[in-house]
Amino acid sequence: MSKDAIIKEFEAAIGAENVMTDETDRHAYSYDAAVLDSVVPALVVRPTTSEALGKCVKLCNDNGVPLTVRGAGTNLSGGTIPHPGGCVVLTNGLNRILEINEEDMYAVVEPGVVTAKFAAEVASRGLFYPPDPGSQTVSTLGGNVAENAGGLRGLKYGVTKDYVMGVDFWDVNGELVKSGSRTVKCVTGYNLAGLMVASEGTLGVFDKIILKLIPPAQAAKSMMAIFPSMKAASETVAAIIANKIVPATLEMMDNFTINTVENFRGAGLPTDAAALLLIEVDGHPAQVEDEAVLVEKICKENGATEIKVAKDAAERDAVWQARRDALPALAKLKPTCVLEDATVPRSKIPAMIAALEEISKKLDLTIGTFGHAGDGNLHPTILTDKRDKAEWERVEKGIDMIFDRALALGGTLSGEHGIGLAKSKYMEIETSRATLEYAHRMKSVLDPKGILNPGKIIGFKK
Amino acid sequence: MADINRLAQMFMELDDLLVGCMRCGMCQAVCPVFAQSGREGDVTRGKLALLDKLAHEMLEDPQGVKEKLDRCLLCGTCQANCPSGVSVMDIFLKARAIMTGYFGLSPVKQAIFRGMLKNPKLFNTLVGMGSKFQGLFTKKVDDMLGSSCARFNAPVIGDRHFNSLAKKPLHKIVPEMDTPAGKSGIRVALYVGCVVDKIFPQVGEAILKVLKHHGVGVYMPAGQACCGIPALSSGDTSTFDSLVNMNVKLFKDAEFDYLVTGCASCTSTIKELWPHMYQGDSVTRYEAAKLQKKTMDISQFLVDILQVQPTGGNCGRSVTYHDPCHLKNSLGITAQPRELIRTAGCDYKEMAEAGTCCGCGGSFNIAHYDISKQIGSRKADNILAAKVQTAATSCPACMLQITDMLSQKGAGMDVKHVIELYADSL
Ligand SMILES: Cc1cc2nc3c(=O)[nH]c(=O)nc-3n(C[C@H](O)[C@H](O)[C@H](O)COP(=O)(O)OP(=O)(O)OC[C@H]3O[C@@H](n4cnc5c(N)ncnc54)[C@H](O)[C@@H]3O)c2cc1C
Ligand code: SF4
Ligand code: SF4
Ligand code: SF4
Repeated sequence: MSKDAIIKEFEAAIGAENVMTDETDRHAYSYDAAVLDSVVPALVVRPTTSEALGKCVKLCNDNGVPLTVRGAGTNLSGGTIPHPGGCVVLTNGLNRILEINEEDMYAVVEPGVVTAKFAAEVASRGLFYPPDPGSQTVSTLGGNVAENAGGLRGLKYGVTKDYVMGVDFWDVNGELVKSGSRTVKCVTGYNLAGLMVASEGTLGVFDKIILKLIPPAQAAKSMMAIFPSMKAASETVAAIIANKIVPATLEMMDNFTINTVENFRGAGLPTDAAALLLIEVDGHPAQVEDEAVLVEKICKENGATEIKVAKDAAERDAVWQARRDALPALAKLKPTCVLEDATVPRSKIPAMIAALEEISKKLDLTIGTFGHAGDGNLHPTILTDKRDKAEWERVEKGIDMIFDRALALGGTLSGEHGIGLAKSKYMEIETSRATLEYAHRMKSVLDPKGILNPGKIIGFKK
Repeated sequence: MADINRLAQMFMELDDLLVGCMRCGMCQAVCPVFAQSGREGDVTRGKLALLDKLAHEMLEDPQGVKEKLDRCLLCGTCQANCPSGVSVMDIFLKARAIMTGYFGLSPVKQAIFRGMLKNPKLFNTLVGMGSKFQGLFTKKVDDMLGSSCARFNAPVIGDRHFNSLAKKPLHKIVPEMDTPAGKSGIRVALYVGCVVDKIFPQVGEAILKVLKHHGVGVYMPAGQACCGIPALSSGDTSTFDSLVNMNVKLFKDAEFDYLVTGCASCTSTIKELWPHMYQGDSVTRYEAAKLQKKTMDISQFLVDILQVQPTGGNCGRSVTYHDPCHLKNSLGITAQPRELIRTAGCDYKEMAEAGTCCGCGGSFNIAHYDISKQIGSRKADNILAAKVQTAATSCPACMLQITDMLSQKGAGMDVKHVIELYADSL
């Protein structure tokens, strides 16, 4: 069918006002938050009902049009960069919270619901949805599930996958597939919901998502510990866990990041500190008291030069503001900011930090490092100007080296940002030839025409 | 019309500013236009990406980009919240100037900006006639005023519930003023601004009453011209330049400590845009930079400089406050107006989302009334939910929009400038 005819079909199916074909509209959906080249789609559609979403998938498949689902487009791995000539399907017209069940503690949502809005709505009912990616004020729950997004609370509360009870999704034929249930336990058939988590739009298009909710912690205590070396700080992380304390959050910042944040906000951070740990314990009030004392002790034993415990909500906010400022402060230093996502076993954090320092020296790159030390998920952030060709080549080399080292330390390519286009080339190194073959075989059956987000995660079959 | 390569070259001049956007998408959380439409082309990231593509000759449709660029309130919320610190307003204003250079200015805007705004006397006369005959000639006045001043859309089209032009503008009530400092030992210059002058002269009178009460000397020259923001946001830099020039001439040789205004938009235009965007002679730019340092919002002046104390008066009503974008986003002024309301003895209640744009955004309100109305309607709902008797703000343009929205909902509330509440309590 001709392109015009296909567009007419879409217009008939979901309404002309929901189909965008102007050059400017198409260009506005050609990129995402990853530092990669943009690709312009042939059309962009914005279904506003579940049925319309199904129709879009079917139409794409019938016409062999590559389809890329897009939530907020904040992923950092190119997962929403469309395929040339493809169709972008927006989910932000599907943004209803369908149910919040306080008795059974679950919620049913459409995929385009914004994470922070959902969390706030849940909180107003006295419940808690823990996954809190840094992008939560804009990211969508569909995007979170498709990327298995994590956040500051990953250490104790887990990541998105730990809250997905079920996903209903459209297969390529436009048939609705149901998985999971509203019960805590469910072993009915294949764990298709599990398969959808981190699938980055390559296996199906989510329609409704059932999410687990939990009761909020009654009390919390935050503190900031100052260390003379990254080594001492990372050994402290290991020691806290070894003492069987699982803080809700355990974050780390290197000296470069501390100084950048301090220049940015002037909140009185110790600029001569080699490293900072930001720690929050939460739970039952008595337990929180005990754990806070113990954490303080462990920090001191491992060489912390100073520990500041937040006395009230304002001081607690100040601690987390410092952490939230890390990315914005770094981002202001240079035009391009490559936020990486290397993750290693906790015990290997000191080795990974050393590797990052070495890479930065060797390639003469500015790298600020902060991240979720508690779960070994570091965010080395390379600051550069993409227009500087020579430096950009070194940046690309640096990224290769970072992943090389992370994998050598028994780590993984991505703790939370996904593989997308950006890291598909490394997939075989972390997994195996057979793993990729298996994935390609599975995909070729579920998506015979290869229309679902082609090239992402597993690349194209060679 | 210049060719598109030339246009691309002009946009390349913005490259150093554009490259700062890391495409994180965080602006989606705050942009009021995006909140209504959900379209990437309407949010900052999308607009910056399109400009970037235009600069790099990857796009062929500059008209389409211009239309996207114009769907923006210039409220500055995105810039105030951008993690990467992108100078969004700077980019958008310069981009609009480039677009206007390329496509030319519409004949209507030419007539309004170059024919009328540039000539304050004629502007006054026409508006004066308009006020007398507005019942008869509404339509005519509309076209003229419709896009003349930032949000000077008063007697316009459709189902708007507009404030009419004042029977007697401020420049007729108090043509000019030049009084020495009294007990405060301070003398200020008063920049009136066209909405205060022509629609809300009572705000100007309130300012004068308060200044007199505190023994502040006033320099208010006749013949003040529009601050230039309507022209600048339409990309008409030459009109902007001549308006800045006219205004600077009026104020540059007078002796005063501060230049105050009761219009958030004027304050931010004088402070942020006069010295920065003026392209004319260096002497005027130098003088504008001197004025910049002295310029203050009226409640900022009263609270920070005069340190006014509770008057003992009781304004006798419950009040909520809407933050004008131009005070909150560009100047970071949020505490002082609230403090002034409390100082006036009002029962202050904060509304939800007090800091989000009311949706007016100058000619945006005219070109995109439907979105403007949706945004404003949400503001009105938040005001109603605060269950107060009066909605206060610090920008006469916001007063127009909020009045329109509340009136359409039959709210039966009054909308006041913060300074009116304070003046009433004296
Ligand atoms: C400033 C910033 C901070 C960030 N912080 C974090 C963080 O702390 N933790 C973290 O994990 N990530 C973080 N991210 C990355 C990103 O925000 C997350 O990956 C997020 O989950 C993406 O959500 P989204 O709605 O933007 O999805 P998009 O970027 O639009 O899409 C992501 C992927 O999901 C697929 N997808 C979206 N909706 C559907 C659907 N309905 N069905 C099938 N597939 C779908 C897309 O095709 C794509 O492959 C951050 C990003 C930024 C810019
Ligand atoms: S928030 Fe700033 S850096 Fe991020 S996309 Fe918007 S304009 Fe660009
Ligand atoms: S200035 Fe206001 S309306 Fe324009 S893009 Fe920024 S937030 Fe949106
Ligand atoms: S900002 Fe003030 S002077 Fe400028 S156009 Fe608006 S009311 Fe007139």
